[in-house]
Amino acid sequence: MGSAASGRGAVNRAEREGAVRRLMERVSPPVPLDVYPEAVRRGERLLRRRRLARRVLWLLACAAVVAFTVWAARTHPWVEPPSQTTPPLDGW
Amino acid sequence: MRDRRLSHGARRAREFEAFVAGAAGRLLHTATLLTAEPPDANPRARRLLALSLAHTYADWDRRSGEDPYDDARQYLATRFARAIWYRYGGAPGRVRPPDPRHPLAELTPQERLIVVLRLYEGVAEEQAAALLGLPAERVRAICARAVSTLLHPAHRAAPRGAGGTGPVSGAGAKAATP
Repeated sequence: MGSAASGRGAVNRAEREGAVRRLMERVSPPVPLDVYPEAVRRGERLLRRRRLARRVLWLLACAAVVAFTVWAARTHPWVEPPSQTTPPLDGW
Repeated sequence: MRDRRLSHGARRAREFEAFVAGAAGRLLHTATLLTAEPPDANPRARRLLALSLAHTYADWDRRSGEDPYDDARQYLATRFARAIWYRYGGAPGRVRPPDPRHPLAELTPQERLIVVLRLYEGVAEEQAAALLGLPAERVRAICARAVSTLLHPAHRAAPRGAGGTGPVSGAGAKAATP
């Protein structure tokens, strides 16, 4: 009983979905003539922008590495700084 | 090396041109169904089509052998979903009303998106849900609601009627649709 009802429900659903599908396929818009050149133009622009962004990022990364190296070579941040609070202990 | 690159570019251009010739009509139909514009005046749908084709072109070499149509359709759908988020989430005054002759004019943009993906494009429920970031049950529920709205427009006709006489205008709409 239940299976028959669900079977009928599935058929009904398929019919309804078919009706909606036919509704959507009724009119189709005309394709403009310049679709292909327009897509190539926009696609090329997109590629150019991506290339430019990649280049800028690489440049920034290289500049950061150089700046860090110069700074580290000049200030030697790994050397312990001389103590400012305790006087040097000598002469006993 | 240069020759190979040149012939690669030529092959890529040929392949892409063949793809556009085959897919543009269907993609534009899909886009026009989404934006609910009349078929002969559809600037938003054309823009969606141009953007999705441009992305397909830019990603042509990175594609790992799968169908480029899937990529283009996916871009179209996510782009439209984002447009819904920005355009329809805020002030309702900015939204242009859909063309009343359009077959999906009765639906909200999200319902249109799901109905078009599921029934016109034949995308599986789980895939559509993953694409839109919704649970599959919700996609099923929205799709069922949209189908019944389309087949029985009287249920939702009340706010579109001219006066406050809901049942009368509803009956009129029902009688008008065969």
